[in-house]
Amino acid sequence: MSETLNLTAKDFQTDQEVRWCPGCGDYSILKQVHTVLPQLGIPRENIVVVSGIGCSSRFPYYTNTFGIHSIHGRATAVASGLKAARPDLSIWIVTGDGDGLSIGGNHTIHLLRRNFNVNILLFNNEIYGLTKGQYSPTSPLGKVAKSTPMGSVDHPFNPAALALGADATFVARSMDRDPAHLQESLIRTHQHKGASFLEIYQNCNIFNDGAFEVFTEKSSKKANDLFVRHGQPLVFGETDNWGIKLDGFTPVAVNFADGFTKDDCWVHDETDIYKAQILVRIFDNPSNEQHLPRPFGVFYANEHRATYEDLMSEQIYAAKGKGEGDLNKLLRGSETWEIK
Amino acid sequence: MDIQVLEDVVIKFAGDSGDGMQLTGGQFTNNTALMGADLATFPDFPAEIRAPIGTLPGVSGFQLHFGSRKIYTPGDLCDVLVAMNVAALKVNLHGLKKGAIIIVNTDGFDAKNMRLANAATNPLEDGTLEGYELIKIDVTKLTREALSDITMGVKEKDRCKNMFVLGFLYYMYSRSLESTERFLESKFSKKPEILEANIRALKAGYNYADTTEVFSSRYKVEAAKLDPGTYRSIIGNDAASMGFIAASQKSGLPLFLGSYPITPASDILHFLAKYKNFGIRTFQAEDEIAAICASIGASFGGHLAMTTTSGPGIALKGEAMGLAVMLEIPLVVVNIQRAGPSTGMPTKTEQADLLQALYGRNGECPMPVIAAATASDAFETAFEACRIALQHMTPVIFLSDGYIANGAEPWKFPKAEDLPEIKVEFAKPIEDGSQYLPYYRDEKLARPWAIPGTKGLEHRIGGLEKEDITGNISYDPDNHEHMVLLREEKVARVANYIPDQKIICGPEKGKILVLGWGSTYGAIQSAVNHVLADGYEVAHAHLRYIKPFPKNLGEILFNYDKVIIPEINNGQLVKVIRDKFMIPAIPYNKIKGTPITSSELIDFIMKELAN
Repeated sequence: MSETLNLTAKDFQTDQEVRWCPGCGDYSILKQVHTVLPQLGIPRENIVVVSGIGCSSRFPYYTNTFGIHSIHGRATAVASGLKAARPDLSIWIVTGDGDGLSIGGNHTIHLLRRNFNVNILLFNNEIYGLTKGQYSPTSPLGKVAKSTPMGSVDHPFNPAALALGADATFVARSMDRDPAHLQESLIRTHQHKGASFLEIYQNCNIFNDGAFEVFTEKSSKKANDLFVRHGQPLVFGETDNWGIKLDGFTPVAVNFADGFTKDDCWVHDETDIYKAQILVRIFDNPSNEQHLPRPFGVFYANEHRATYEDLMSEQIYAAKGKGEGDLNKLLRGSETWEIK
Repeated sequence: MDIQVLEDVVIKFAGDSGDGMQLTGGQFTNNTALMGADLATFPDFPAEIRAPIGTLPGVSGFQLHFGSRKIYTPGDLCDVLVAMNVAALKVNLHGLKKGAIIIVNTDGFDAKNMRLANAATNPLEDGTLEGYELIKIDVTKLTREALSDITMGVKEKDRCKNMFVLGFLYYMYSRSLESTERFLESKFSKKPEILEANIRALKAGYNYADTTEVFSSRYKVEAAKLDPGTYRSIIGNDAASMGFIAASQKSGLPLFLGSYPITPASDILHFLAKYKNFGIRTFQAEDEIAAICASIGASFGGHLAMTTTSGPGIALKGEAMGLAVMLEIPLVVVNIQRAGPSTGMPTKTEQADLLQALYGRNGECPMPVIAAATASDAFETAFEACRIALQHMTPVIFLSDGYIANGAEPWKFPKAEDLPEIKVEFAKPIEDGSQYLPYYRDEKLARPWAIPGTKGLEHRIGGLEKEDITGNISYDPDNHEHMVLLREEKVARVANYIPDQKIICGPEKGKILVLGWGSTYGAIQSAVNHVLADGYEVAHAHLRYIKPFPKNLGEILFNYDKVIIPEINNGQLVKVIRDKFMIPAIPYNKIKGTPITSSELIDFIMKELAN
């Protein structure tokens, strides 16, 4: 399919100058999306990028498909209506931690439970960039920002856990600084039939530089990241020398030097909702000494739940099966009388 | 017994919200319509779904005005009151004509009901009802007796009381039971026992009236001389729903409704949800904002999209309405107004959202605004809202209110083939790779509707200011001013595609023009006809198009010495008229959550004539 369309990343660039701050993590995400889109075999005119407000929400202007740059927090709602009306389209929602989890949190959770077949890319930079540096609903407790000079007293969301709590059928996490992993995650996000929630750690080098450094830098990545793969044991560490084992319902890190092997480790099953709920809850602060590594990859993928738009279309099909609407009959109603 | 022929009658059914008075009123209305009288109704719901039984706030009322002449309003004062308990009598006593007939269920006047209604003495005995014709019936006891050999709980039997009352009134007004029997048969087709009980109660009431001769005369209202044709009964929300379906059929576009439940607009959502066989997609969103945003998405996708709500919902949708103005896509925003501000009085009617519709958004944010005048007019107005939205590529506000939404009237409904086509063309694919210009305009200043899935039309739009023609983001100062004026001019040009304003009745020039909009139509018609009959130079014009106004409106206004504008608000259209035409228009306002009556309007007109 992609061969017949002959599309390249260049076909998805627009004539608009990209205006994110130099060094912003958004550039990498844009590049990976432009790399992945031509591989999907979808004509450009059948793709719609929908965004809300925020730095990430400029995304549609830089992607040569149909696009709506909507209002703050409502990309998910606009996309829901578009998908309900036009199930044939490939819809990509680009949102951020403020747009998608604060002002638009309500729509995000409802889209997820309804399971529209759309892709949500949530760029999480743990800060408000476009309004110049206030803390966000994912900023850690104590975050000193413009609106929190003494540190934030807000307990943050764990986006992946929130999505799973809203009964999302696909929950994954990736990062701006790992192009290969991000591309793979984007493809999985697209392939899932149902609402796909991909959280992308994205560095805001102006207002929150280095927020995810420990997860993205080569020197610390191995020790702090847990890349999960379906059917594979949960292993991490400099030389893959650590594993995660389930002790009852509690994940614990074990060192293979202590006699543990990969066979002792928890084997990732992305179709297991119970284990997925434990996995997304691994959210330790990396500055704690005894912290567990932060998981990345596809945590949960349920391919069995019907999408909202399919159920809606089925009802219309069934209703029409009993007879197409007849306007004259409708206007007439059940009882009439004649005036002569 | 004599049968006395009357020209018109106003009946009010009142009881506990659990007494089935809305159903009783609805049945009597249907029966009245079928015998050919003209009519208007006014259901008056309590705010609570089931307020404490027997209390004043729990009273549910249904007022019906029918006659052999043209009927414009549900009537100012009642000829007949049916009161199922003390509270129902207390709440409605002030709205009766002198010498009115009061039919009471005596069982609802015991010590307990008196206490619940805060009545110190029994109004049936303390002289309160002197001067009225009082008919006392122990409906509860008689209904139970009529059903004595049916094995059913007492509670279930008591639910048939309203049918006893209905049967009684059918006898009184010389009616056939047939329409209600048919209704009950279809409603309880799977519950033969309940069907039997209801029909028996209905007949028992009828026969009771016949045998006991509690009144001296039966009454009859002849059929009205309406235009010849086929009629049905219609309420405003149903008419609006059908108008939207008709517009969908006539434009060939699937209908999409994003909505969040709110009184008194929810019935449109309920109605449209039932007609999936027309390809309608109804989406009950998580909130008002999601409802309109989903509709914006559906419109972008090429559907005839709309959102329905009441005032508080409009407040929440404001930002998204602004987005639709910037995107310049078709969208119908329906406001079934209720008494505000804030939650206000959800079940009571008001016209206080006009200024909100015209100005209630950030920035210079013009949208066409049109308003339905009566229940049946809601059909045409809804159709027209869709036409304007689709052909002018703009969001449109459709205003109705609680009174129109739930009020019934006879409707000479149109045939599908007589409704005009709504011509809509999507932008055509571009095959040669040339640049698509999303904000290029036609003579209406409407931009093309380029829907996803069309080759070569890939484009990005959003809430940021657009450069004219290209649609690219622009912060250019001259462009911004140009675009603000252009969006205003686009709405103004709708005036080139709507009919001229007409005078409904009265002279083309004269002393007073009564200018109305929305649900004051009936009261104004009735009042103006009254003073016209007395020989005064008074005319009535009623606005459907409020933004833009019909082009000849100014000319009309200057033909009268005075312009009176009655509104169920604190003076909103009057501000707009004064501002636009610089005339000293005179407001007549009532803000009680109830319609303006024709008699109070007659008094006001007479006073203005004398000044």
